[in-house]
Amino acid sequence: MRYLPKSPAERQEMLAAIGAKSIDELFSSIPERFRLREALKIPGPYSETEVIQYFKDRAAENSVGYTSFLGAGVYNHLRSVVTDAIIQRGEFLTSYTPYQAEISQGTLQAIFEFQTLMSQLTGQEVANASMYDGSTAMTEAVLMAERLTSRQRVLVARSVHPEYRDVLKTYAKNSGLHVEEIPFATNGTVDLQKLKGALKDDVAAVVVQSPNFFGVIESYAPLAEAAHASGAMFVVAITEGVTLGLLRPPSEADIVAMEGQSFGLAPSYGGPFAGVIASRDKYVRQMPGRLAGQTTDSEGRRGFVLTLATREQHIRREKATSNICTNQALCALAATVHLTLLGKEGLREMAEQNLSKAHFALSELLKIPGVKRTFDAPFFNEFTIELPRSVKIVNSQLMHEKIVGPFALGTPYPELTKRALVCVTETTTRAEIERFAGALKGALEQPV
Amino acid sequence: MNEKIKKVSRHINQNEGLIFEKSSPGKRAFELPPLDVPPANLGEALGTNYRREGIEGFPEVSEIEVIRHFTRLSTWNHAIDLGMYPLGSCTMKYNPRVNEFVARLDGIATEHPYQPQELSQGCLKILRLLEKCLLEITGMDAITLQPAAGAQGEMTGLLLIRAYLQKQGNPRKKVLIPDSAHGTNPATAVIAGYEVENIKSESHGQIDVEKLREQVTGDVAALMLTNPSTLGIFEQRIAEIAEILHAKGALLYMDGANMNALTGVARPGDLGVDVMHLNLHKTFSTPHGGGGPGAGPVAMKKILEPFRPVPILVEKEGGRLCLEPVRPDSIGKVKAFSGNFGVLVRALAYILAYGPGVRQATEDAVLNANYIRKQLAGVYELPYSLPSMHEVVFSDAIQKKNGVNTMDIAKRLIDYGFHPYTTAFPLIVPGALMIEPTESESKEECDLFIDAMKAIAQEAATNPELVKTAPHTTRVRRLDEVGAARKPVLRWKPAPLHSEAAD
Repeated sequence: MRYLPKSPAERQEMLAAIGAKSIDELFSSIPERFRLREALKIPGPYSETEVIQYFKDRAAENSVGYTSFLGAGVYNHLRSVVTDAIIQRGEFLTSYTPYQAEISQGTLQAIFEFQTLMSQLTGQEVANASMYDGSTAMTEAVLMAERLTSRQRVLVARSVHPEYRDVLKTYAKNSGLHVEEIPFATNGTVDLQKLKGALKDDVAAVVVQSPNFFGVIESYAPLAEAAHASGAMFVVAITEGVTLGLLRPPSEADIVAMEGQSFGLAPSYGGPFAGVIASRDKYVRQMPGRLAGQTTDSEGRRGFVLTLATREQHIRREKATSNICTNQALCALAATVHLTLLGKEGLREMAEQNLSKAHFALSELLKIPGVKRTFDAPFFNEFTIELPRSVKIVNSQLMHEKIVGPFALGTPYPELTKRALVCVTETTTRAEIERFAGALKGALEQPV
Repeated sequence: MNEKIKKVSRHINQNEGLIFEKSSPGKRAFELPPLDVPPANLGEALGTNYRREGIEGFPEVSEIEVIRHFTRLSTWNHAIDLGMYPLGSCTMKYNPRVNEFVARLDGIATEHPYQPQELSQGCLKILRLLEKCLLEITGMDAITLQPAAGAQGEMTGLLLIRAYLQKQGNPRKKVLIPDSAHGTNPATAVIAGYEVENIKSESHGQIDVEKLREQVTGDVAALMLTNPSTLGIFEQRIAEIAEILHAKGALLYMDGANMNALTGVARPGDLGVDVMHLNLHKTFSTPHGGGGPGAGPVAMKKILEPFRPVPILVEKEGGRLCLEPVRPDSIGKVKAFSGNFGVLVRALAYILAYGPGVRQATEDAVLNANYIRKQLAGVYELPYSLPSMHEVVFSDAIQKKNGVNTMDIAKRLIDYGFHPYTTAFPLIVPGALMIEPTESESKEECDLFIDAMKAIAQEAATNPELVKTAPHTTRVRRLDEVGAARKPVLRWKPAPLHSEAAD
């Protein structure tokens, strides 16, 4: 087998050195009745060529050749070939968690740069080395708020990504947290009055997302003020990081939980992505996950180490701030390379292109009879429209035109049937937007 | 240069500052295609409230600088691609390049989790085949691929147990965890709402079965057992352990971190295990990437199936696959979307490359560990004498007499060209040296490692200072970890302007 570096003679030589007659002897501690005598029933062995062919065949059964208007937490953005070239260097790809700092300085410095970029983007003072994804980052942010406040009620905006709320509920069930939903107002933003009504001195955290699941940009100041007035932490979730190239960062937040997928990571059917937790210096000892810190060696040179490990499971065991061990380091590295490539101007230009294309798309779609805008608050690269008929039926017609239509909001939000969440990024061309508008018009003109 | 150091020679590598320190306004490394729609009026679209000025300190560099920056950083890392990485419990095996290639194909990397299932049959078939392979390998009845890593798999497993017991009327209070377990086990039990009760190993490093019998009361929900244990020893009375638990209505959770010792040789499902996780980034060769991403599928017996996280992958007539979003008894979702799909793709590519021959990988892993054990026994103390499987645990008891501890030996190993083994774990071995070579090492590489370990043992006896001050050849020496924790510097900040400094 091509991955195994031993000849039969070498195996025999090693067995002889051990003093074993056969390889079976080395497994003698497994009781005889449990030892598998038959070969596993799994396909293979495949040559490299066959492995590639298997996956090419599967790829052909997917959506190749379609133009997509889906966002809803996973976004298509331009990705430079440089990013993949860097993260496929074996020294990054095939190294372990940098516990042995002297021979892991590359990974450690890159994590330090990632933490810096995430702090800069989110307007926070400190960010960790990554979480699994945005949904678990948001959940860990809430658990962190629970530890910091010793309170157990959590108010989560209904306009937060439905899957993020689902994950929070799974974790909350057994940690004594009570999760309540705060509805959205008619313009799609968090209903401030309802929030104020629900706030009491037992609330650990107020959680909002911006832009929220409907694409609507929230105004942080009044929400933060309301949360802080009752001693609750203000937690902001961000699913579309590119917004931070143009929109004010959530500086009012106590904890920011972000999905880093938009920074150079492919949609990849939902993962692997990179979760981000950022917060204030004073809360760092309650943060989950790994942190890289700057220090010096015994000769005074700058170097980096994993630090504040007394928060973590391998030291603190059942008293740790989280059970997370493996994180999404390589994805965080990809984000670091990607953001470094874009730089200050590139990120801003990318953000502006998203804004312009989405606004152009909305104006094109609103020309179609029967299509209406649902929420009138400002938006970035996603917006909600109302169709005169079922989004699912329309989408199945769009598929004939090789278009993957917008996200049907009616499934997670029964009150929003016939509403569609349209996403347009810098990767969507004007021609594609116009073709989509034309196809949608055609679909709506067909008799029901 | 020490003539005993055969594996490496010194050579220069480049210095490199932080990327922020190279930044200069106006440089850029990426250009977008021109905007092909009318530019939005920012004021109208957003209002001033929503806009930010430029991000202070954000890097501005050119493409060549980005390439050199990260390439230089990369040369400061050790990696499997450079040589043996014998971290016990971490299974640092070869990460096949073809896995990287297929995960990046158009139609694989490009797919959106919300696209119609008619256009996702390829993705779903990949998930289905991986499920079937992992079920065959583990001997279990049902599986979820959703958890993002081992620790999340552990949590999922305990939530399944909790939901199952709850359904019978009482979720119970305690989870039993051996003193040799990974730290994630107790940390996870707390998240799942359980108290942790530690159980002590007996003198051979195995579970004390008689003691366990007393500890398993009606309050106990489960035992979390790593098998082989973190000592690299197979838990010989595992079937009996399962019976004791089952007799009291408790379940057996197996931490599958060490599945590289069992794949193709024995199946946890046959041993009485009720639920377990796999670390695809260990046993199934997906790259560690400096700390992640991983994937932690959870395989289980039929009794736990109704509680699996949603969505559930089901096969409809005609072989069409579909993700079902609702199950009444599900524990819910543990992660958005359908798991770390790209990692799952790589694991399947690994399994297909071996097929049933994956047993050979297990055999070679166990062969390597035993070969190293044989050659180093006596040079280093072997605290537990039961047969080793895929890893071997020594202690620094002999070297300690000269003031040299496991960390010193580990650091000296770096000078010999090897990544250290896992130090000071498991906790039941004072001064542990935990060595897991994996199947990916040739006899030649194992021999070089053995030579290095013997040479260091000799140095520890004749020149302990040399070992205690190691490493001597790295670009930085031992780093001040205490100082790093006392005054944390966790991000770069721009230097204050002169005018501010003068104020």
